[in-house]
Amino acid sequence: MNTVIIDGLSFALPLFIMAIGGIYSEKSGITNLAIEGLQGFGAFTGALAAVLVAGYFAGTSSVPFYIAMVFAVIGGTVFSLIHALLCIRFKANQVISGVVINILAMALTSFLTKQINATVFGAASDRFVLGVSNRLTVPGLSSIPILGAVFTDIYPFEIVIVVIAFIAWFVMYKTRFGMHLRACGDNPHAVDAAGIEVGKVRLAAVMVSGALSGLGGICFAYSISANFSSSIYVGYGYLAIAALIFGNWRILPTLGACLLFGFARSGGYRLVQILEMPSSYQDLVMILPYVLTLLLLVFFSKHNRSPRALGVIYDKGAR
Amino acid sequence: MADKMEKNTKKKSNVFRHIVTATLGNPKTQGIAIPIFTILIALIVGAVIMAAVGSNPFQAYYNLLQGCGLAPKESYATYRSMLTDFMNFLSYLTPMIFAALAVAVALRAGLFNIGVSGQMLAAGFTATILVGYSPLPAVLSKPLVILIGLVAGALVGGLIGFLKYRFNINEVVSSIMLNYILQYVCSFLINTYFVDPISRQSKAINPQARLTLVDTPVGNLKMDIPLGIILALIAVVLVRFLMEKTKMGYEMKAVGFSGSASRYAGINVGKNIVRTMLISGALSGLAGVTYYLGYFASIRPRTLADTGFDAIAVALLGNSNPVGIIFSSLLVTSIDKGSTYMSSASGVQAEVASVITGVILLFSACGAYVRYRVAKMKDAKEEQK
Repeated sequence: MNTVIIDGLSFALPLFIMAIGGIYSEKSGITNLAIEGLQGFGAFTGALAAVLVAGYFAGTSSVPFYIAMVFAVIGGTVFSLIHALLCIRFKANQVISGVVINILAMALTSFLTKQINATVFGAASDRFVLGVSNRLTVPGLSSIPILGAVFTDIYPFEIVIVVIAFIAWFVMYKTRFGMHLRACGDNPHAVDAAGIEVGKVRLAAVMVSGALSGLGGICFAYSISANFSSSIYVGYGYLAIAALIFGNWRILPTLGACLLFGFARSGGYRLVQILEMPSSYQDLVMILPYVLTLLLLVFFSKHNRSPRALGVIYDKGAR
Repeated sequence: MADKMEKNTKKKSNVFRHIVTATLGNPKTQGIAIPIFTILIALIVGAVIMAAVGSNPFQAYYNLLQGCGLAPKESYATYRSMLTDFMNFLSYLTPMIFAALAVAVALRAGLFNIGVSGQMLAAGFTATILVGYSPLPAVLSKPLVILIGLVAGALVGGLIGFLKYRFNINEVVSSIMLNYILQYVCSFLINTYFVDPISRQSKAINPQARLTLVDTPVGNLKMDIPLGIILALIAVVLVRFLMEKTKMGYEMKAVGFSGSASRYAGINVGKNIVRTMLISGALSGLAGVTYYLGYFASIRPRTLADTGFDAIAVALLGNSNPVGIIFSSLLVTSIDKGSTYMSSASGVQAEVASVITGVILLFSACGAYVRYRVAKMKDAKEEQK
């Protein structure tokens, strides 16, 4: 039971922070399918930074991890500018732009990883080895039955994510900027009439989504895969999008959806272990989050209300 | 002095404007000129990358062509020549044409079929286990493979359409979910029942079920003859006919432009969504059988074919036009297929190829903007006169 909670949380929280990024972008009216590519690119820049500085720190030091986090956020933000440029300035189809960015990110990072490994480190490898980040247990709280698992063996990034998620929630629902952002997705003309530039708000929103996606990506790289390689592109970003749609573009319900995915996944793995099934059954467990998403969407999509101007290119002259 | 400089830059921008409007400005040729412009930029970007890592880009591009039998190599193994390389390239091209048509058909109705890879896998897997391992003679098994591929792909595509029509589920999300589900389910079944312990892939299918005739002696050569390419060309004609000449194609287009407007016009939008996805899925299914039972003869578990995703690029680049797609598939497939030879011949990482494809995609996504800018430039030029 404890492992289910511990592993579930460490999967759900990075997913959640990516989904929040998605909510920012989509609430401002920009469809963002690029999250998958953004998290991969963020993880790439973060991992690269970590590998480059690793020599200056002791093997057990967690400083490279925090440096990686910062650079992942920067990398995700910078790469998201392409999406912003295409969607806001060039008025491209937002779905297409998102998919294009995913393909480009995948191609670019696997090329650069190989190239940098070959030229800088002199090794023929398609990955940056990172290791798994340290874990910590909160004394006292962790001895509470069942709920204590929440405070046991947590990755430091989980705390960072919770803090950032809270800030994101506050900004979205309690500040002027959040208000403008949400208005941009529902009625951009009203925002324009109020004297605020729709393009600027949307640019900020897309950049936030890039930053948060990058953060989520590096967390996955430091926990599940323990390295950066093209295996980072297994659909975390798409899962985050499914979570936010399922959460009806609101932050708290989206947290629920992410937790559901996380626990479905870790619970399934645990089941395979307990029943001592051969490892090929893991493949069947892997489909759980996806099947669950589809089923839940079947039941809830009818009531879902996406932001009204989502995916619509803002045209000042339109009525 | 400053005055002169200003004059100079003005003159320069005039020349630039003149060149742009002359090459890209004609609305009749824009459909071809803008994609070519896009490709040129992408190739230049690719060349810069290759030069930056210290290789000769011209050599590398020539290697690309050599790799797919479009230019002669220095030496060939016995039974091999430029022609065998080219036939092998055609065999690889076939699934791409089908997949890009699938994307284009869906795009016509405003649907984004990102699940082509999943539909390909579903079709390829079903055909493999139902026909691939059976001792049926070639006359029976080949048509059966095609039929099964068609139906299996259409069912998955149709399901996506149905989910959108009945439950309002965004087709992008549902097709991505289905991609993963199909990938893992097929991987599980292959690993449990059909695995070849040495290659770690599914067991190779019987040659009589394969849609590419492998190593057929022709003269003093042994070549792969892809039967699917004929089917692909027929599909191009049929899709073009469907889109341009039939009521169905017209309705699809109307739904793509505006759902509400076509509803007012009495078009059944839901029916059109499902129907479009059925056709798109069927085409993906054909891509699947020509890929898994044509170019390859087995399925690697836990992977989706890149073809399904690259097909989006190909369709966009070809302007969603069936004839345009033939050319854009030729281009993208040759970059992809030639990359292995390029990497062995000139030492450039093979991944450069997918970067070039990515850049082509990036610029083709901006096609509408280029068109808009060119039109604006043209107006400005006219005003000056």
